[in-house]
This record gives sequence, structure tokens and C-alpha cells, in this order.
Amino acid sequence: MSEEKDEEKQGEEAKEASSSKETPVESPTSEGDTVVSAGSTTLDSERSIVSTPEAAADPEREAKLKAAAEARAARAAAKEAANVEGAPEAAADPEREAKLKAAAEARAARAAAKEAANAGGAAAGDAAVDPEKEAKLKAAAEARAARAAAKEAANAGGAPAGEAAEPPPPPPPSPKQPQLDAAAQLIRSLVHEEALEDAYINEMNGHMPTFIVKNEHWYATAVQLKQHEELHFSYLRNVSGVDYETHLEVVYHLVDLESRRELAVKIKADRSTPVVASATPVWATANWNEREIYDLLGVTFPGHPDLRRIMMSDDWVGHPLRKDYEPLDSEV
Amino acid sequence: MIRTEELLLNVGPQHPSTHGVFRIVVKLDGEVITEATPVMGYLHRGTEKLAEQLNYTQIIPYTDRMDYVSAMTNNYVLVHAVETMMNLEIPERAEFMRLIVMELQRIASHLVWWGTYLLDIGAMSPFLYAFRDREIIINLFNELSGARLTYNYMRVGGVKWDAPPGWLDKVRDFIPYMKGKLREYDKLVSGNEIFLARIKGIGRYDAATAINYGLSGANLRCTGVDWDLRKAEPYSLYNRFEFDVPLGKNGDCYDRYVIRLEEIRQSLRILEQALEQMPSGGETMGKVPRAIRPPAGEVYVRIESPRGEIGCHIVSKGKAEPYRLKFRRPSFVNLQILPKLLVGETMTNLITILGGVDIVVGEVDC
Amino acid sequence: MGAWLHDSLTWSDAIIIFLWAVVFLFVVLGFVTYAIYFERKVIGWMQLRIGPNRVGPLGMLQTVADIFKLLIKEDTIPRKADRLLFVLAPILCYVPAFTVLAVIPYTEKLYFADLNVGLLYYAALSGISTLAIVLGGWASNNKYALLGGMRSAAQMISYEVPLVISVVGVILLSGSLNLRDIVDAQAGGWFWDWNFLPQIIGFVVFLIAAVSELNRTPFDLPEAESELVAGYHVEYSGFRFAFFMLSEYVYVYAIAALTTVLFLGGWHAPAPFLDFVPGIIWFLLKFAFIVFFLFWIRATFPRIRVDQLMGLGWKVLLPVSLLNVFLTAGYLELFVK
Repeated sequence: MSEEKDEEKQGEEAKEASSSKETPVESPTSEGDTVVSAGSTTLDSERSIVSTPEAAADPEREAKLKAAAEARAARAAAKEAANVEGAPEAAADPEREAKLKAAAEARAARAAAKEAANAGGAAAGDAAVDPEKEAKLKAAAEARAARAAAKEAANAGGAPAGEAAEPPPPPPPSPKQPQLDAAAQLIRSLVHEEALEDAYINEMNGHMPTFIVKNEHWYATAVQLKQHEELHFSYLRNVSGVDYETHLEVVYHLVDLESRRELAVKIKADRSTPVVASATPVWATANWNEREIYDLLGVTFPGHPDLRRIMMSDDWVGHPLRKDYEPLDSEV
Repeated sequence: MIRTEELLLNVGPQHPSTHGVFRIVVKLDGEVITEATPVMGYLHRGTEKLAEQLNYTQIIPYTDRMDYVSAMTNNYVLVHAVETMMNLEIPERAEFMRLIVMELQRIASHLVWWGTYLLDIGAMSPFLYAFRDREIIINLFNELSGARLTYNYMRVGGVKWDAPPGWLDKVRDFIPYMKGKLREYDKLVSGNEIFLARIKGIGRYDAATAINYGLSGANLRCTGVDWDLRKAEPYSLYNRFEFDVPLGKNGDCYDRYVIRLEEIRQSLRILEQALEQMPSGGETMGKVPRAIRPPAGEVYVRIESPRGEIGCHIVSKGKAEPYRLKFRRPSFVNLQILPKLLVGETMTNLITILGGVDIVVGEVDC
Repeated sequence: MGAWLHDSLTWSDAIIIFLWAVVFLFVVLGFVTYAIYFERKVIGWMQLRIGPNRVGPLGMLQTVADIFKLLIKEDTIPRKADRLLFVLAPILCYVPAFTVLAVIPYTEKLYFADLNVGLLYYAALSGISTLAIVLGGWASNNKYALLGGMRSAAQMISYEVPLVISVVGVILLSGSLNLRDIVDAQAGGWFWDWNFLPQIIGFVVFLIAAVSELNRTPFDLPEAESELVAGYHVEYSGFRFAFFMLSEYVYVYAIAALTTVLFLGGWHAPAPFLDFVPGIIWFLLKFAFIVFFLFWIRATFPRIRVDQLMGLGWKVLLPVSLLNVFLTAGYLELFVK
């Protein structure tokens, strides 16, 4: 048995080595994977005409693609510019930046043409190789480039204004803000002053009140959330685990069936030894959900009555939903 | 000397009544169960992991394969989640199409349940009657999407195809047909003494237990808890229609049976109204950016699938692929109460109770 | 037939009797073949299907093909099974099923053994098949088979009792255990002279108990597919499985014939002016109706639960059949004597 396991492990290691050469799609920085990141900009499978040079055998098609690529590059450049100037957080995201840069580099020649177009509307002669449809395409490309330039200009014009005001005017307070505040107040007074790391409204999700509960205060908070009359979140609808690479997070989505109030509770856990107190004694729903998170993400839940793997077999090595998980067979 | 010992019996993974590859290890004292441990994962395909490398449109076919008896609602929960994140506007025609196929799917799913449940209880004929009627719905879906089970019909922003000419009339014709058949079902089965003796008072639990275990769908409503997401947290166009949420009192298998049959009737009612109110034309795809990249953030959306609350929790980092996608599968959650219900029951009731929960193993394992 | 049985046994008599038995065996096999075909067709029609229609004209040879397939199939015996009992069980199941047929009279002239305790003989022998089912279940060394076998034993004990007691009324009315005498006692010209009306309680109890004895829906617990996969014969394959199947259908034959004899007037016509039709036709019609009835039930009902089965047997059928005995006896004592 143990021998088998060892073999398995060795196999895994070998695969790890080989698979690290085949850069995964998500690889953040390397400039070598321009094709990949360029390809990922076209989403819909029906429209997935990737504008790589090899794809263009037919001259007409090639020209069209080129024109499309140009426009895209222009848009990307514009966006990049906007991002760099207007939204510092977005620029700070290295992955995104790298991708955008790569996209821009991949179309360096087209970008040059676009610049030319921006400058004075001069003909982007060198871009067009095919003589047949040249004139037509040029016109189209020019028009597009002009539009892109206009957009860029608009962005550039808007950016300083945005920059001056730093954060845009605060949105109107969420309708659920009072509810959130009341609940947060209650938890702070009932459990611990420091029980909540954060409490905010997730506006995207229909103004879902969200708590980030400190790990050590989670169980006491859970008990209060269910039992306190004013909170009374009797129904646990979902438990998710998320691997954020810097830390793991367990999310409990709660609802009170009578008043229909919702609440999302997040608990962060250290990635190397993730531990979150089990909510199973409070809500029986959590039982298999926590087992699933234990199985797939490796979070242990002290207080859980029966913490075993649930989806994978008992002798499985590793936790598949972790971002750094190396599959046994990377081909699959 | 008589010596008695407990019998350890593996029900499944290959067993006619576990509805797929699912196993329950039961300890039997005679025919009475003293302990039951469900074992699952035989159909675990890692949908959530796979989804992290796919863009949102590519994930839709994977949702078909989760709850393969009710693929349309699965489609919807995913596209609905993405649309919520992107704050997209869906054309009315498309939303009506979605609603119609979801309600048809609910009927089809309940018919499968009805047929297989009676098969579990030992009656063979109702299974074939149910499949005859489900076949009509399947054919309708086939005409609409080109597939009989895994439709891949919905898209972020709308639906892939508008109804072909005459399709809506076929749906219209189906409604009175199905109503007649439901009366037939009641005559054949619902009053049968043996059947009633088999399911009345079996697998009983109260509302507090159901809520504690997070049950949803008919499994929750059989205890009298009025919680149908179509009414409680309306999504799609459900607040435009009149329909009732059937509730039980006793929380037993019989109540679940009655509720599911009644839900077919209510779905027919919704369909009637939807066909009446539906705009005669219009777009089936809303204005969707070419690249579907929901902004960074997270959502949890939930809808009422035939089996209960199906939810979709997406964490996005603003890319074309989800950073984390988690499905809250009603079968998985509903099944948790099983070990508690089985203790003290007989082998025969195991099948009755398991069937009454209405699971689809593709969804349990995901 | 009877004449040979009463003569002293010589070699020629023995051979003639043996040949008759062989002929009869083929008749029974022919019945089983077409009973299965008929069942599949009837249930198919009831379930909106077509039923077998590929092998031979109208699918008439489907069962033949199925039996042939079973015969050429690999014969597997589980390694940990009790080999002797495992092999013995199907034979033990089939032999009594075939032997009980000896006492059934078809017409006034056509019968095999004219036993004066014919009914008792039937009840006694048919119980042995249950033993075979228990043995088969035990010998398979399979938990499902064991549960199926145990259920079968419990079911047999519970239903043999009301089955036998329910026919006591018939015995009282005709004053004989001989099946031919019982049919003769029902002669009167009209169908209301048959036992099923005067003995309506006994008739209903007999039918229910008989279906249970046959292990057919809604009492097919020993082989309840949705719970026990296939019950006692889960490990059997090939011709051993075929033997269990065969005995089940031979019992269908036996019970249908017995019901006809005990309650439906045997070969008597339902009305005096129909007497010109040969008795065997009437017998076959009644017999076919009972067989159809059994198939019809199978397509209609769900399965009863094991504890409810026991409750029904002991708490309902037994008291009711006892009541029937008292009523019949009281009636005979007060009005007939």
C-alpha cells in the first residue's frame, strides 16, 4: 500500500516537473505567452478568431483580421492608458497589467500604425500587405483608429478630473446599511469588540451584508447569529471555500426564512495550516459542506463530528481546489 | 444457542434504487437499520475545478451535466450569476423563453421523480406513463436546442435560440394534455391503499429539523415552511405570475409526493400565464460585451430548481474565467438528513425515504 | 390414467406413466413459454409498449430464444457459496412445483392422480419450494440473497395458514378433499352454483394468499428489485436461474388451475344451455382468466412492505378466513343438515 503511494507521489513529482514547462494559462508575468493572453481576450467560442499571423492564409481574411486586431489594440492601449492614469488599483494588479502589455506588444506593428493614425491620420501603409483590398480596409482601419483615438482623448481628458477628485463621489448609502450596522453592533457587543474584521455591503450581490469575522471569534459569532432573537439566521444556505493564494477563506451564506434577511460571513484562514471552527453544531447543513471544503481545499474544522474526505477517495493526496494543486495527470 | 449479529450491507454503488452511483453502508439488525452512512463521490468530476480554466460561456455545458434531470435551471443559475455581476439587462423575450423552459423542465423533472419513485416502491407501469409525458417535453427541448438532456440553451445575456415557428403553440397544447394526465395519475396511484400505506408517515421530520439541515424544495415545504424562492426571493419574471406554493403538514414522504404533483399543476399555471404575456417578438440576446469579464467581486445567487435551492457562488477577479465557482447543489444538501432519517427504519423504507428526497447523483457529486 | 395407477406396477405400466409425465412436462413447458410471452405482451400493452415482436412471427419465439440463451450461458457459482445447497436449491424448487400438478383434474375424464387428499397434497408439497428459496438465498453467501430468502420464509409461514384455512369452507361444502369431488359438488348448471359466490370471503382470502404464495406483485418481497436487487436468486445465472423462473411460472399454472377447480366450477359451463361446449374449453377459459388476472395485478400495484405483509397475513387474512370457516359451518349446521 505505502509503496503504491510512494510511486504515485513520484509520478506526481515527475509530472509536476514536466507540467511546469507547459505554462498554465493563468501564468501571470511571462511575456512568452502573448498568444495565450491575446487569445483569451476573444471569449465566445463562435467568435474566437485569434489574430495570430499563422491563422491568416487567405489574404482577404488576413486583412480583415488585421484591421480587427488594430482596432482591438487601439482599444487595449486606450484602456491601458486609462488604467494607468485613472485607476491606480487596477494598475497595481500585476497580472492584468502584464496581460495588457503583452497584448500591446503582440501587435507592436499595428500599434505603430495606430499611432501614425492618431498623429495626423496618415495612411497606415506598412500595415497593409495585401494590395487587393488595401484601400477599402485602410479606410475602415482609419475610421476605427480615429474612433479609438477619440475615445482615448476622452479618457485622457476625463482622467485628470477623476484624479483630482481622487475617489469618485460616494454612492448613495445602501438600503441595507442600517441592517448591517445593527447586526455588526450586536455582534461586537455580544461576542467581542474585535470579533469583526470588517463589515461591508456587497453591492454587486443585491446589497448583501457581509461580515469578515476573525477566525478565533467565529464559533461564538455563529452561535449568536443563529440564536440571538434579533439576528436569528436560522438557515444556512451555502458554505464555500475559496483559495485566495495569500490565504484561504470560508464563506457562509445565511438567511432568516421569516424576515428574509441575508448575510454572508467570511472567515479567513492561514494557508499553511488552515483552521476554521466548525459550524456543524450550530447548523447541521454545514456538515457535508465543511467536509467538502476539507476535502477539496484542506481546511480543517475542529468541532466537526465526522471530518473525512467526501468527494475524493480516502487515500487521495492533496486538495484539488487549491490553486497550486498539481493534477495527477495534467493532460486531463 | 441462537446467536444474532449485525449485518453490514452495502447498498450501492451499483443498486437499482440509488438513482446512480451512490452508496449507503447500512448496519442491519434483521431488517432494521441501526446505522447508515452515505458514501458519495463516485460521480465527482471536479466541475468547480474545471470551471476555473474555462470562460463563462464554456462553463454552461458543464452545468447541464450536474443535475442532468433539470439542466435548464442549472444553466439559468450560472448565467444569472454572471448577469448579476455584470448588471446586464436581459431582453424580455429572452427572459420569457428562459422562464418557459425552466417551468417545462420542472414538470419534466418531477415526472422523472414520480415515475422512478413508484418504481422504487414496486409499481412498474407509472414509470412508463411518466416517461411518455416527459418525452413530449424532451422533444420540445430537442426542437429548441438540438439536445434531449444537455441543452446548453442559455447564454449570458439571453438565450441561444428563439423559439422555432409553432413551438410555443406546442407548449400551449401540452398544458391541457398534461392536466388531463395528472388526473389520470391521481386515479391510478394517489389513492392506492398499498401506496399510501407505504409512504404515509414514513421519513418524518419537523420544520425545525428541516431548517437546521438546510433542506430546500419539497423537502422543506413538506413541513409547512413557506419557502419557495420563486416567491420568497423572486428572480426572473416570477413576480408577474399568480401561482401557489403547495405546503405540507406532516413532513413525511406522502406530503412530499403530494407537493411535487401539485407543483406540476402550478408550473402549468405559470406556463399558461407566461404564454399569454409573452411578447410576440424581440431580441433573444441582450447587449453583452464581446468579452464576458465580470468585474472583480463576488456574488451568490440562488434559484428554485425542482430539487430545491440551487445556488452559484462566483468569485471574480475581473477575468474571463471565474476565480472560484461554487455550486450549492440542493441534492447534496438535502441528502444530509438521510442518516438521521434511516435509523430504526427497515430496508424497504430506506428506498422509500431515499427516493422521497429526490436526488440526482450528478448533482450530489458535481 | 387412473386405471394404471391402481394396477400393480409392471415395467410396461411404469414406462407408460413415465411417458405421460414427459408429455405433460412438455405441455407445462409450453405453457410457461407462452405464459411468459403473454405476460410480456399484456404488461407491455398496459404500459404503452409493444412487448416482444422481433423473434419469430409476432415475437412468438422470444421466450424460446430467452430460454436458449439461459441454457448456453456460463454457469457461475460464487466461490464462497455452499456448492451443494446452491446446486440443490433450484432442483428442490422445481420438483414440488411440477409434482403438485399431478392432482389437478381438467375434465371429468382428463386427470392424472385421483387422490382423495388432493388438496392437502397440494398445500403440503408447495411449501417445499419455499424451503428451496431459503436454501438458495443462504447458499449464495450474498446478503441480498439472504434477506430475500428470509423474507420468503416469513412470507410462506404467514400465508400458507390463511391459504389453507380459506379453502376449509370449500371442503365443508363439498365434504371432500378430493379435487374431482369438489368440482362435482359445484355442478348445478349455473355459475352461481360455483363456490366463488357462496364462498366469496374464502375466495378473496384465497386469491390474496395465493398471489403471496406465488411471490408475485404486490407480494414479490423475496425478489424485490428496488430493495434487494434480485433477492434470493441474485447470484444465480444460466439454467439454475431458469429453474427458479420456471418454478415460478409452473406455480402460476398450478394456482390458476387450483382456483378454477376450487372456486370457478372446474370444467362446468356457466349456464345449462352452454353445455354443448366441451368442458376442457371452459376450464381453459377460466384458467386463462386467472392467469391474466395475475399479470394484470402485476402491472397495477406497487409492492407492499414486509411488516405490512405480516400484519395483513396474521391480523386480517387469518381472522377473516377463520370467520369464513365458522360462517360456513354454521350455515351447514343450521340450514342444510
